[in-house]
Amino acid sequence: MMSVTQTMSNKNEKLIIRLQNVMRIYKVGVERIHALDGIDLELRENDYVAVMGPSGSGKSTLMNVLGCLDRATSGCYELDGEDTTKMTDAALARVRNERIGFVFQSFELLGQLSALKNVEMPLIYSKNGWWTRRKRAKNVLERVGLGDRIKHKPNQLSGGEKQRVAIARALVCNPSILLADEPTGNLDSKTSVGILELFDQLHQEGQTIIIVTHEDFVAHHAKRIIHMKDGHICSDLLNDRDPRDKTVTQDNEEEKA
Amino acid sequence: MRFVIRAPIAFVRLAYQSVYLALGQIWANKTRSILTTIGIVIGVASVTAVIASLTGLKAKVLTQVKTLGTNSIFISARRPDKGPLQHASWWTIRFTSEQFNGLLEHCPSVARFGRQTWVGRYTVSHRDKSVDGVTVRGVEPECHKIDSRPVTIGRPLSVIDEMQVRQVCLIEPKLRNDLRLDRDCIGQSILISHNTFYIAGVLEPRPENVFGGGDQERSEIFIPFKTSLKMQRYPYIMALAESKSAEVSDDALAEISFFLRRTRNIKPGEPDTFEVMSLQNALEAFNKIALYTTMVAGGIVGISLLVGGVGIMNIMLVSVSERTREIGLRKAVGAKKSAILTQFLIEAIVLCFFGGLVGVGFGHLLTKALASILKSVLDLAYIPLWAIGLSFAFAGTVGIFFGMFPAIKAARLDPIEALRHE
Repeated sequence: MMSVTQTMSNKNEKLIIRLQNVMRIYKVGVERIHALDGIDLELRENDYVAVMGPSGSGKSTLMNVLGCLDRATSGCYELDGEDTTKMTDAALARVRNERIGFVFQSFELLGQLSALKNVEMPLIYSKNGWWTRRKRAKNVLERVGLGDRIKHKPNQLSGGEKQRVAIARALVCNPSILLADEPTGNLDSKTSVGILELFDQLHQEGQTIIIVTHEDFVAHHAKRIIHMKDGHICSDLLNDRDPRDKTVTQDNEEEKA
Repeated sequence: MRFVIRAPIAFVRLAYQSVYLALGQIWANKTRSILTTIGIVIGVASVTAVIASLTGLKAKVLTQVKTLGTNSIFISARRPDKGPLQHASWWTIRFTSEQFNGLLEHCPSVARFGRQTWVGRYTVSHRDKSVDGVTVRGVEPECHKIDSRPVTIGRPLSVIDEMQVRQVCLIEPKLRNDLRLDRDCIGQSILISHNTFYIAGVLEPRPENVFGGGDQERSEIFIPFKTSLKMQRYPYIMALAESKSAEVSDDALAEISFFLRRTRNIKPGEPDTFEVMSLQNALEAFNKIALYTTMVAGGIVGISLLVGGVGIMNIMLVSVSERTREIGLRKAVGAKKSAILTQFLIEAIVLCFFGGLVGVGFGHLLTKALASILKSVLDLAYIPLWAIGLSFAFAGTVGIFFGMFPAIKAARLDPIEALRHE
């Protein structure tokens, strides 16, 4: 089953994430739900990965575990060579702050703050971002193409612009990985294209990106596509070998054979 | 060692982070913040106003008591609370003039001593002018020194007036004016009832008084003690004494009691048929009463502070559940538990302190308003420093105590759970 192909184009790049047999088990009453059931995964620098799968396949749980928002029940999760499973809450908070940028489907901007203040927020909690936060937030907003709308509040921004602010916020601490959970889920297709182009641009600038999606055209932008089902990774292929969903199942069958 | 250096830095960082965030939050929700603090403002204002009024009242009473002389001792006949003399007529237990003879020699702690009698209210007239209901007192010369009411014109009563049972008197300026006497009226005669008296001196007016004797409308005339005995068949005799110093005041009381029990033939075991009271005692009792009153009144009003505190807790709790998503987001971008905790805590404390500050201001205005209404009683009212400190400490404690619970609740939230919250 786990015939995971590690045919990475950038195999000689630095290893950023390594998951070994990661399990996440929820207890609902007496029932135990295996949201993640033994995940093995390696991500290298400048990877651009799309995680796909039907709802309930565990992709969001994987995202939360990768983003240190949730802890694996068992297994080992190494980020930049450090095992996060044994970290304290405070250390995990620092990891989230410094190494991880998280983009949510519903943006999660604070309504009463301007775009600039929203982007500044992670720097407020960072160790040495306090004094330079305004400048850094401005730079990042310019990078995502919102240099002229820094004073606007979220309700004065369009959906695409809101998501750009959220991406700027995720990037402001120079994270090792950028995690995006259905970043285009609340956007129309035209705006989505713009956001995806932004992701492509960030990837070209060297950012490591993981996107969770269930839309093919979104996944198509990634360099590597992971399919999940029932808490397992059922395929992990480079994009050029995985042009459309139909062929994936064929691929799987080929590999099984 | 690295920890020792890092801990304070981390603490300072946490402090400015939290203050920045908390102030931002308060500013962002101005209306809610103001409504929240109203409870505290009212509480602190009423506490400080009540304390200020009571302090003013106390100060007023004390200054007036001081004018009477704090070493003064009052001696008067009094029925005992129990025993056969419980229902005796006042005549049975009255003091006679002789019972005080030799008191000074037997009581080493007593500096001065003088007999006094209340003659009654008389109509006083001069030519065609007359004033009704003037209180006439017979006093020995020493009484004046104890009473500390200096003579402004003329001379005080003397021992010779006493020995010769002269018909002389001391009057107050008000009576002089009412009777249309000359400003320098020494030597002029007035009629008290039908007896002619010559004016020996004019006293300083009696200071305005909050408790007893402050009858400004009624004038007083002082005549020599022996003269006054002649005027009445059943004189009611009291005495005034003064201890040598405040420290021996209690000794003086005991000596006088002992002396009087012997001259009045009270057998051992029988209760006193008189009362010896020092102003010092009365002051202490008054101080105690004032303190209790302040405490009780302050406590009752303090309940309003508590209510204000509950209000703050309520608002903070609401804002925790209202802002659950925000807390989740803040944790997701790297806010530690301590950062969330201190942010909420500081929010509560700042609200309380701000409320305290405004409350003290309002309390000040309230005191001013009360003082202007009850001018004669509360003109000395002020908010003592300890009351300001107390109300601030209370407001701070309320903030910490009632802010703690919501803050802990907020800090404990799991980031993904909080983010999923609708």
